Amino acid sequence: MSTTVWRDLGTPESPSENFVELLVDGVPVSVPEGTSVLRAASEAGLSIPKLCATESLEAFGSCRLCLVEIEGRRGYPASCTTPAESGMVVRTQTDKLAKIRREVMELYISDHPLDCLTCSANGDCELQDMAGVVGLRDVRYGMSGENHLEAKKDESNPYFTFDASKCIVCSRCVRACEETQGTFALTIDGRGFGSTVSAGMKESFLESECVSCGACVSACPTATLMEKSVIEQGVPERSVKTTCAYCGVGCSFKAEVKGNDVVRMVPDADGKANRGHSCVKGRFAFGYATHKDRITKPMIRNKITDPWKEVSWEEAVSYAASQFKKIQKKYGKSAVGGITSSRCTNEETYLVQKLIRAAFGNNNVDTCARVCHSPTGYGLKTTMGESAGTQDFDSVMHTDVAIVIGANPTDGHPVFASRLKKRLRQGAKLIVVDPRKIDLVDGPHVKASHHLKLMPGTNVAIVNSLAHVIYTEKLHDIEFIKERCDSNEFDKWVSFIGQDRNSPEELESVTGVPAADLREAARLYANCKNGAIYYGLGVTEHSQGSTMVLGIANLAMLTGNLGRTGVGVNPLRGQNNVQGACDMGSFPHELPGYRHLSDSVTRELFEREWNVSISPEPGFRIPNMLDAAHSDEFMGIYVQGEDIAQSDPNTQHVTSALEAMECVVVQDIFLNETAKYAHVILPGASFLEKDGTFTNAERRISRIRKVMEPLAGKADWEATVMLSNALGYPMDYTHPSQIMDEIARLTPTFTGVSYEKLDEGSIQWPCNDEAPDGTPIMHTSEFVIGKGRFVITEYVPTSERTTRKFPLILTTGRILSQYNVGAQTRRTENVAWHDEDRLEIHPSDAELRGVKTDDWVGIRSRAGETVLRAYVTDRVQPGVVYTTFHFPESGANVITTDNSDWATNCPEFKVTAVQVEPVTQPTEWQKQFQQFNEQQLDLLAQATESERV
Amino acid sequence: MTTKIYIPRDSSAIGMGADSVAKQVLSVSDSLNKDVEVVRNGSRGLVWMEPLLEVETESGRKGFANVAVDDVEGLVKSDFTEAGSRDKSVGLVEEVPYLKNQERLCFARNGITNPTSIEDYIEYGGFRGLNSALDLDGKSIVDIVTDSGLRGRGGAAFPTGIKWNTVLNCQADQKYIVCNADEGDSGTFSDRMTMEGDPFALIEGMTIAAFAVDATKGYLYLRSEYPHAEEVFSDALRVARDKGYLGKDIRGSRRSFDIELRRAAGAYICGEETSLLESLEGKRGLVRAKPPLPAISGLFGQPTVVNNVITFSSVPFILANGASAYKNYGMGRSTGTLPIQLAGNIKHGGLVEKAFGVTLNELLYDFGGGSASGKPIRTVQIGGPLGAYIPEKDFNLKLDYETFAAAGAMIGHGGIVVFDETVNMASMARFAMEFCAIESCGKCTPCRIGSTRGMETIDKIISGENRTANAELIETLCDTMLHGSLCALGGMIPFPVLSAIKHFPEDFCLESHAAMATA
Repeated sequence: MSTTVWRDLGTPESPSENFVELLVDGVPVSVPEGTSVLRAASEAGLSIPKLCATESLEAFGSCRLCLVEIEGRRGYPASCTTPAESGMVVRTQTDKLAKIRREVMELYISDHPLDCLTCSANGDCELQDMAGVVGLRDVRYGMSGENHLEAKKDESNPYFTFDASKCIVCSRCVRACEETQGTFALTIDGRGFGSTVSAGMKESFLESECVSCGACVSACPTATLMEKSVIEQGVPERSVKTTCAYCGVGCSFKAEVKGNDVVRMVPDADGKANRGHSCVKGRFAFGYATHKDRITKPMIRNKITDPWKEVSWEEAVSYAASQFKKIQKKYGKSAVGGITSSRCTNEETYLVQKLIRAAFGNNNVDTCARVCHSPTGYGLKTTMGESAGTQDFDSVMHTDVAIVIGANPTDGHPVFASRLKKRLRQGAKLIVVDPRKIDLVDGPHVKASHHLKLMPGTNVAIVNSLAHVIYTEKLHDIEFIKERCDSNEFDKWVSFIGQDRNSPEELESVTGVPAADLREAARLYANCKNGAIYYGLGVTEHSQGSTMVLGIANLAMLTGNLGRTGVGVNPLRGQNNVQGACDMGSFPHELPGYRHLSDSVTRELFEREWNVSISPEPGFRIPNMLDAAHSDEFMGIYVQGEDIAQSDPNTQHVTSALEAMECVVVQDIFLNETAKYAHVILPGASFLEKDGTFTNAERRISRIRKVMEPLAGKADWEATVMLSNALGYPMDYTHPSQIMDEIARLTPTFTGVSYEKLDEGSIQWPCNDEAPDGTPIMHTSEFVIGKGRFVITEYVPTSERTTRKFPLILTTGRILSQYNVGAQTRRTENVAWHDEDRLEIHPSDAELRGVKTDDWVGIRSRAGETVLRAYVTDRVQPGVVYTTFHFPESGANVITTDNSDWATNCPEFKVTAVQVEPVTQPTEWQKQFQQFNEQQLDLLAQATESERV
Repeated sequence: MTTKIYIPRDSSAIGMGADSVAKQVLSVSDSLNKDVEVVRNGSRGLVWMEPLLEVETESGRKGFANVAVDDVEGLVKSDFTEAGSRDKSVGLVEEVPYLKNQERLCFARNGITNPTSIEDYIEYGGFRGLNSALDLDGKSIVDIVTDSGLRGRGGAAFPTGIKWNTVLNCQADQKYIVCNADEGDSGTFSDRMTMEGDPFALIEGMTIAAFAVDATKGYLYLRSEYPHAEEVFSDALRVARDKGYLGKDIRGSRRSFDIELRRAAGAYICGEETSLLESLEGKRGLVRAKPPLPAISGLFGQPTVVNNVITFSSVPFILANGASAYKNYGMGRSTGTLPIQLAGNIKHGGLVEKAFGVTLNELLYDFGGGSASGKPIRTVQIGGPLGAYIPEKDFNLKLDYETFAAAGAMIGHGGIVVFDETVNMASMARFAMEFCAIESCGKCTPCRIGSTRGMETIDKIISGENRTANAELIETLCDTMLHGSLCALGGMIPFPVLSAIKHFPEDFCLESHAAMATA
């Protein structure tokens, strides 16, 4: 279903810089060469009837409504498939055209139900609109002929229905699946009158390869592909532009609302991050926002074995404040701290760190980037001077060779993956560096030129040998290095990288990657015009995570692949606002804008604005906080929108630390795993319930807008304001825009940012006097630190090694339908695709252990043990096992170790030595988890019961 | 002395028992100790005579028509003379008027040679065109073809030289030659006969085209129901490669070209050139919108020459003998000759290659000998299922693209299907719509839905339901399909329908329908 008929120009924009001038119905139009006559007419303000044409898809020419007359040409060419030419004289409205259009429409309607009034698309249907436009009054064929009116509905997909009886076979869905999403799940089956849309080989939508991105639903001009929510609730009344709260792509959406209910989320065609596309999470999985599990009342309790008690906001906040003060009095000023959330807004994150620095009076603030992209910040800042990716997503459409390292975009960043796949289908080449055969390696019409299937933990050896090949084969960009990089550092680096021990031949036995293949890949990247690197947590979550980021930056500088469109170093950020949370000073050693606490000028700036003195001493990182809790040095924590009990490594260590604390305040929309150890729960507000901004992986600051009132009455920033006031540090914000204004005043990269400006559209920071419209591509003329710095990246194997006792390496990742700890997506219909985490194991390892798909297997590491069901597949290589971590009972982090990145403490989630054996029952931990979980849910139930009494 | 016997391996002959006859000839000769060599030649195109067995004699090849297995013993015993022929002798085959009165340029060798013998091919003038092309640059080859006036024989009659010139002028790393051998029009078989009877002519034509436009790869998209053609053509490709007529450095020219045979998808629409290209690319046979023209963006998006079998096999003569030698045949803008195929209710069905300008009357009666049933011929359909029905009064029409177009008819691929007076034209009109409904690719609305509605509406007319209103509706529908369809299938199916109504309103129980002037 589409609601944007009025602005759909019919065919895609032409990129040409040459313009042609033509006359359409007497109106002179100038359009780029390659523009269709249909679009030219639309741009001239004229409207030609159309059904199969839509701006997001290539012209197809099937509906035959957009026929026009062109002087000097025979017949009636379809305006969508006819390119505009200079001097063309086009007529779009003649009696003959009107007759043909009306008669074509008559044919359509002769095979379409006459149930407009009761149709779910009534008022929002292009077929209905066009029937009106062409003036159809009569179907002379009658309705008794052969037809599809009895065709069966496919309701298998949880979110949308395919009603074949309403299908006009315009192929927009098929084309959207191909062109927009790149999955090729849909096709037209049969031919002629028997042509029907088919998912896969006559499968149901759910059984097929369909990834439920919704592109087909958006593309459908009729009620054929329709959101079930619209069928049930009716056509929405208003829409609010906002930003998705799932991954770091940061798709722009229109939340379409009826009354107070969100009926559907429609990807915004103007969205600069997503260009009108979406994935199953952002598009459909928003039902968690009104799930019955939502915590809607503040609650407190003395001990975690006590039942919860629902209290007023005031009581909860003052209880929390008094507890924090008590702890600080008893254990010292630094015995409390907090964790900001990458799920919350920039403004909320900023406020939490401000509360910690100003009201707590210490710097014990950290964020979940600690466990994901902290090495990105470190590595990119060290080499180039800015802790962020260098490009915008549009840049990929100019890339000739993409290297994807330790990322699985089709699952983790699906909307970006669709654009990458589109570029690959246009002929760009792909190199995948991943232990596992991700979908990009070999998908429909996409095939990696090289899949460097390394052993987990050997990233640095790979990046060094790539650089070694490029340098020793003299494929590096001497000019770029001379002009843009520090020559001393480069010379030192060269003497390191040129050594034979960094050659692919020497490292083959370590990485498992054939040297010849690696050399070819290095040449491909070095010799292309535009090479871009995209990477994910497979790079950062290692003991050498920061080293690897440095190595990636080295590689890009070495080949001159920085500072322009199509190239760059692009971290694929995991969470909607992980970039923002880092930007906002969520680290214990940095103030907003990545300025170190030891910088007294910056500190004074904040001290003046905040009217407090700020400690120059960096505070605790999350692991330090947890360690300190075990020694009574850290006894109270304020956790906003983060679930460390599930997401952080070594679960037992985390939960025992939480148990040791005297006051755990959790602000979240659900009773998450961490909240089960809390003393105060402040109910959170979902992204639909508040105003604010998110910053995505391309540094793009986008507005989120309040669509409905917060279920618990307060947005998260309001709760932080209350808590700060109760702690004795006054805050008086009445709207998040005031917080952004304060951020802009204090942060050089944000000085040009305001809500007023953001209302015109999203902005990529830096946005200031030098770049008033933001900065799509960074480091264009020089690096932020001036000259780019090559850093020596010695490969040091992780201490986590396989032994006879732990012969396999476990690595982890995500799946498309679930999101991170799953708190949101597990509470949606997305469980239809993935309702449990499985252990992927190679057939040879499985056979050795007598394990078959669906068998229960125990996974034991040096840290702990858990049980999952097995999935035997050669997507993983022998010696490597893999699982997702979306379900708390899976206990993926029960087995991960305490190893972490040397520079940033980012945990080594991606490498754990394990043994796998068939088992018959859950582990002791899982039994305890089950028991504890039941107990906590019971304590929660008692809170609501007490209210009823 | 060895007696050399020719028994065609053409499908039409095989269908009439040629394989069994050939086997029988060998077996009987063997048992009678006769020294007989059997050559499996192509067909002469005297299809009503098949199997036409020929024996080489000092005075030329003599023929015996419709030879059956039990005729063989007599023939062998009589040493293939009239005496043992049970009156099946046709004398010297070259003297058969049907053959003698033709102007065979394209089909000059068909039926004479062993189709897979490159020596035969060369002996009978083969590769003379290629040899001249080897000395020419692309532009000169294109100019000669342009000058010859050769037009596409697949049906659209687009000037071949202009098409080649477009491809020649495109800058591209890879260009393709695609031969459309998905011969699917009713009553046509000239492509098949060429591939089965003279495959090197097609290979030569495609190679010349490749040299002309600088293409290195060719595809033959062969109708899936042509197993014999596949066998012969595959053999011919192998022989041509072995002898250096295909592959790298052809005949020392440093130019390379090879042809891959691809079996078609079994749909009529795949004979439409853009669907064909989709199908060749491994996709559904769906019509593409033009522009872009295949000449500019064709197979895999590269500049591509797409021509019919007969177009390509007409080229060697032109290169060998010059443009004017070809242009001397024909009339007006229809230069050269056309292999016409006589089929349907006709006494002497077969292939007649004549210069343009021949009349239908000559073809139907002088060559065809009237209807097979002996009843008067009422109408013919020319140009396949999309061609108009032509009534007897127009049988004096001269075969010429422009003359036919002016008469609301088309020549198409040159297939003529003959109907006698027993034909019911209402059911033929219905069949046209039915054919379109079955074969429509389903992409554009007028063809996808219109053909089915057309069928239903003609049924209503036949059954007498609101006859006048429904006749008007058919006219309207035909107009919509004609102007609104994406390709020629939906765009031309109105021709047989409207011509049937216009010329034979009585079969629809309609008064002469003045409104049908659009037909």
